[in-house]
Amino acid sequence: MLKLENITWSLEDGRGILNDVSLEIPDSKLVVITGPNGGGKTTLAKTVAGLITPESGKIIFDGQDITELDITQRAKLGISYAFQQPVRFKGLTVRDLLELAAGRELKQPEICELLGKVGLCKNDYIDREVNASLSGGEIKRIEIATVLARNTKLSIFDEPEAGIDLWSFAGLVDVFKEVKNKINGTLMIISHQERILEIADEIVVISGGKVESSGSAQEILPKLIKGSRAPRPCERS
Amino acid sequence: MNDITKQLLEMISDYNGEFNGAYNIREDGQCAARQSSENIKIESKQDAPGLVIHIKPFTKGEKVFIPACVTKSGIDDLVYNDFYVGQGADVTIVAGCGVHNSGEEEARHNGIHRFFIEKDANVLYEEKHIGTGEAEGLRKIDPVTDIELGENAKLTMDTVQLSGVDQTTRTTRGVLGDGARLIIKERIMTDGREQAKTDFYVELKGENSGVDLMSRSVARDESYQEYHSVIKGMNVCTGHSECDAILVGNGKVSASPQLDAEHPDAALIHEAAIGKIAGEQLLKLRTLGLTEEEAEQKIISGFLK
Repeated sequence: MLKLENITWSLEDGRGILNDVSLEIPDSKLVVITGPNGGGKTTLAKTVAGLITPESGKIIFDGQDITELDITQRAKLGISYAFQQPVRFKGLTVRDLLELAAGRELKQPEICELLGKVGLCKNDYIDREVNASLSGGEIKRIEIATVLARNTKLSIFDEPEAGIDLWSFAGLVDVFKEVKNKINGTLMIISHQERILEIADEIVVISGGKVESSGSAQEILPKLIKGSRAPRPCERS
Repeated sequence: MNDITKQLLEMISDYNGEFNGAYNIREDGQCAARQSSENIKIESKQDAPGLVIHIKPFTKGEKVFIPACVTKSGIDDLVYNDFYVGQGADVTIVAGCGVHNSGEEEARHNGIHRFFIEKDANVLYEEKHIGTGEAEGLRKIDPVTDIELGENAKLTMDTVQLSGVDQTTRTTRGVLGDGARLIIKERIMTDGREQAKTDFYVELKGENSGVDLMSRSVARDESYQEYHSVIKGMNVCTGHSECDAILVGNGKVSASPQLDAEHPDAALIHEAAIGKIAGEQLLKLRTLGLTEEEAEQKIISGFLK
C-alpha cells in the first residue's frame, strides 16, 4: 500500500502546488487521480516516483518510509512511472529501452507481446530508435510499454491520453482494462478522460494542491459528471 | 605477424585467425600477409607505398580486408591504397587501423584511400580505428578518403574511432555523378587529452545525386573535437548532414557545417546539436532502476552504436 502523509511542495516563487496532501492508495486497485489542470496531479505522481522531493511530509510504500530514497532506489522497490511527455533517445532502440525496463534480455515473442499490448505492430518498431522520427502517439505507447515491461507493484501513468489521437485512445483504454485484469500490482493513472474514470476502482480528485474528494468510483464518478455538466456561475443568465 | 598485430586485428576487423575473403595485412609499414581472390586482385603500388585493388565488374557479395597495424614507437607509416570497383559490383571493404604504442616516441599511421567506383556499383566501406598501449608516446591516425562515384553508384562508409588515439585528422572527400549516393556514418569518442578533427567535403555534381552524412561524437574529460563539413549542391540533388555531440566532463566540441547551394534545385539540410546528456534522459532510465552512472553509460553506448 502507498501512503502519503501531509505532503507539501511549492515552486521557487513560493506558490504552493501541494498543500498538505494525505492519501492512501490500496493494493491491487486501479486508482485514477483527476482534477483541474494545475491542481498538482503530476507533481503528486513525480513525488511518489522520486522525481520531486517534498518539502515536508512522508511517503510510505509497503510499510517502508521511502521519503529519503532516490529515483533509482524507489524503482528497485517496485515503483514505475510513465512520463506525461516521454523522453526521446538518439541511438537507443525500442528493444533497448524495453530490455532496460525489464532488467534482462527479452526474447522476440516477449517484445511482441509488450508492443501488441499497446497496439503497436511489432515488426515496424523493435529495432527503431526512440528518437524524433516517432510520432507523439507512437512514443507515448512505447513509454507505456516500458512500464508494463517492469511489471512492478505500483505503476503510475501520467496522463496517458495526452498526445494521443481519439482513435488510438479507445485502444489504450482497452490496454488499461487488460492490464488491470492481468497484473497484481496497483495502477495509478492521472487522467481527465471520462473513459478512464469509468474503469477506475477508486477516484481521487486533486484541486488547488489538496485532495478535494476521494472514494470508490461509484461514489465519486456521478458527482464529477454532474459537476462538469452544471453551468458555471458566469454562464448563468 | 606479431601478437600485438593479431590482437589489433581482432579489434578492428572480423579477424579470427583468418579472413574470409581477399586480404592484405600491413604491419609496421610492411606487408605481413596477402591474398587475392578470383574477382579481387590486390597488388603493390609501383610509384609509392601501398596497394592497388581491382574488383571485377559484377562481383557480388565478396569482402576484401586491408587492415593496417602499427605496433611500436617511432613508426611513421604512410600508405596509399587505390580501389577500383567495377561496374555493378556489390562488395564490402574492411579497412581498420590499430596503433599500439608502448614507447616514448610517436606512432603514426596515415592511410590515403582513393575509391573509383563505377556505374551501378555498391560498396560498404567499414573503417574502425583504435589506439592501445599505456606509454607516453603519442598515437596518431590521419586517414584521408577520396571517393569518386560514377552513375548510380553507391558507397556507405561506416567509420568508428572509440578512444585511445591521441591525435587524429580525418579527411573525407567525395565527388558524385548522376544518381550517385554517398552515405557516411561516423562515430567518435575522445577522452583524456585526445584531439580529433574531422573534415568532410562533398561535391554533388551529378543530377539527382545525394549525400547523407551523420556524425555522432562524445567528448569526455579534457578532450577536444572539431567537425567541419562542406556539402556543395551543383545540380538537382539532395544533401543532408547531421552532427550530434555529447559533452562529458570538460570535453569541448566545435562544429561548423557548411552548405553551398550552387543550383536552384539543390535541396540541402543540416542539423546539429551539442550538449550534455539531457537530464530527463537520465531521469527516465533511473525510473527503470538504473543508477545515474549506469544510465549515462547506456545513453552513450546507444548513441555511438
